[in-house]
Amino acid sequence: MDETRFNTPGEQRKIDSIAADILRNVRINRNFILWMGFLSAVLVLCLAAYVIQLRKGLGVTGMRDFTSWGMYIANFVFFVATSLVGMLISSVLGLIGYKWVKPISRIAEIIAIAFAAVAGLVIISDMGRPDRLPYVFMFGRVQSPILWDVTVVTTYFVLSLLLWFFPLVPDLAISKSRLDGRPAFLVKAYDILSFRWEHHEVQYRIMKQAIRILLILIIPTAFAIHTVTSWLFAVTPRTGWDSTIFGPYFISGAFVSGTAALIIAIYFFRVNYKLQKYITDDTFDKIGRVLVLVSIVYFYFNLNEFLVPAYKLKTGDAIHLRELFSGHYAPLFWTIQLGGLIIPVILLLFKRMRRPLPMLVISLFVLCGAWLKRYIIVVPPQAHPNLPIQGVPVEWIIYRPTLIETAVTVASIILVLIIITILSKLFPVIPIWEMAEEGNENDKTLDKQ
Amino acid sequence: MSKEKQGEENGRPDLEKAVDNSRRDFLRKVTLAGAVTVTGGAAIYSGHRFEKAKHNEGMVRVLTEDNRLVEIPVEQMRDFKPDLKMLQTRGREGIAGRRWVMVIDLSKCRNARKCVEACQSAHQLRPYEYHINTLVMQESVNTPAFYMPKPCQHCDNPPCVSVCPVDATFKRQDGIVLIDNERCIGCRFCIAACPYSARIFHWQEPIQVESASETEDEYDVELNVPQKKGTITKCLFSADRLRDGMLPYCVSACPNGVFYFGDENEDAVTNGTTKETVRLSELLETSGAYRLLPELGTKPRVYYLPPRNRIFEFEEGEKREYKEDKA
Repeated sequence: MDETRFNTPGEQRKIDSIAADILRNVRINRNFILWMGFLSAVLVLCLAAYVIQLRKGLGVTGMRDFTSWGMYIANFVFFVATSLVGMLISSVLGLIGYKWVKPISRIAEIIAIAFAAVAGLVIISDMGRPDRLPYVFMFGRVQSPILWDVTVVTTYFVLSLLLWFFPLVPDLAISKSRLDGRPAFLVKAYDILSFRWEHHEVQYRIMKQAIRILLILIIPTAFAIHTVTSWLFAVTPRTGWDSTIFGPYFISGAFVSGTAALIIAIYFFRVNYKLQKYITDDTFDKIGRVLVLVSIVYFYFNLNEFLVPAYKLKTGDAIHLRELFSGHYAPLFWTIQLGGLIIPVILLLFKRMRRPLPMLVISLFVLCGAWLKRYIIVVPPQAHPNLPIQGVPVEWIIYRPTLIETAVTVASIILVLIIITILSKLFPVIPIWEMAEEGNENDKTLDKQ
Repeated sequence: MSKEKQGEENGRPDLEKAVDNSRRDFLRKVTLAGAVTVTGGAAIYSGHRFEKAKHNEGMVRVLTEDNRLVEIPVEQMRDFKPDLKMLQTRGREGIAGRRWVMVIDLSKCRNARKCVEACQSAHQLRPYEYHINTLVMQESVNTPAFYMPKPCQHCDNPPCVSVCPVDATFKRQDGIVLIDNERCIGCRFCIAACPYSARIFHWQEPIQVESASETEDEYDVELNVPQKKGTITKCLFSADRLRDGMLPYCVSACPNGVFYFGDENEDAVTNGTTKETVRLSELLETSGAYRLLPELGTKPRVYYLPPRNRIFEFEEGEKREYKEDKA
């Protein structure tokens, strides 16, 4: 009795057709080279800005003694937040047993890997002495939330990488004989990374067990990374950060920005990779509902975070909230709350809006709103310390990001795109074997009927 | 020649002559030996005395670190310059048995800003980089404005120390919170955590003070000089001066008697201007002393005496404007 999978002619044909659809995009073509060339050129340009920062010090940014955390930290929070979508899709929805997440779970893991990896680099760009990074490991103090953050972000990155790679192994085995005309190094890489996978039932059983363990482990890890990130702020006695709901507030916000990022990504792959058969209109409808759900939860936390202090108006809160509601940051604040949260939720309640193109547009708004929201969370609470700001140059009082720090931030976004591009262009972006398996199950149910 | 002549003249035999010769030789040798002995002895004796005298003069009495009085030869004395390792060790430990405390009498401050200047010159800071700053305070529209010198509060429960990821900022046994710029990674978490805005960051290259570059001194964590780009700096309660038994730079520089500084364990604080020493507990008790933002639970080591019965009227000094160095 041969206990291998995909050995009947019918199954082979199915694998052939799915593999053909998905491997069509695994190639190094002109578009890929042009796109990577463009990204690299922009990256080099932006890294030049970082070199200037290294040479002259953080004074080239808009940060000063009072607003001493700016765009970099906001961007870091955004990256950690967005990376949480890997856990939401694969673990939470996957473990519940929703089948529609299967074609998009690998894309979700790629987003998780890219954002978690670059989040670490973003933090380094904010350090006054990046050369002393090893000190964090040599002299690390467990009392400091930074240590917790370093630990859990690294763990999350590794778990996400494994969750991307384990289900990829059978695909690599399926694909390695179907890579005609691809560069030799790629074929070789597929051969090595497939670890002589032979589609044995035992192999599948072990892999599925391993994935299941990872899926469970990554849930507390993902909660930890963003809770700890929120604690970077919440552990300080600073008005605007000194909040007990920051952990869940950040986590719910993370699901919003992550889902939006995922929708943008799957729209792109569906159209450019011609994957309409796998990422269907129904997929968009479902993920649209998810976005509505997480946005409503996030809205609920916003209500608590802003309305409760606004009711009491304690001295510090009053100054801070006035700045947000009607002061310097009001235009930004209301744009984010309306354009990035409330209006998208209302629109997505209609089925017509949960089709691919409208959802792409809505998700772009939500994602931009999510980035700016991190800015609003990080920057304004520093502008009004307990004791007055006096005797310093005027430009120290209100934080304005400079061109250089914007460029360094753009560099981090470019890096994310490069990682996503490489992982999605050199490897199958949709799990081939899972698609085939699902087809089989459907066939079996059809047989029974 | 003369001996032979004499012998011939006396007409004595040769043998007799020979005996005579040897006796004379003997006498001569004995005399010589005696002279040598006496001279040598004298020399040795005086040499001994000289050595003895030299020995006494060449000893020096020194007090060791553990308070023992010892004598060592002068020629074995070396000028001691603490190296980085020692400066770091003692800088992190602090001065045993002390609990430094500062009392700021707001009724006496007239914004002379001598404290600011003395501090900035000692710690090599720009005019807009403050370890201590005198702030214009007004609690509400109907209460009068007053000047408030604001150094680091050296909290007993310091939020900055809790959040530091690398132990670059730490609390010493004598109550002082210091920052080690050899260790600081420049994450600025401590700035975010400090409720008193006491910490500043070197956003650009710190100013180079000429005298400092000449002597090439080791980095002293108790003075935090030389300052370093990309690290934090803050008020140190002039820990280097305290080690030398002197009052902090700001305290000594004040012309108006605003600052008291001392040791909580001794229950005594000394006014930097009048040099008058008073009982700390009595001063705090009788003057309505308070601490800044006590509701945060940071337990500052700086006390304020309220600006009542002000000696100087509040005058808004000419508005100072600062331009950032674009180095």
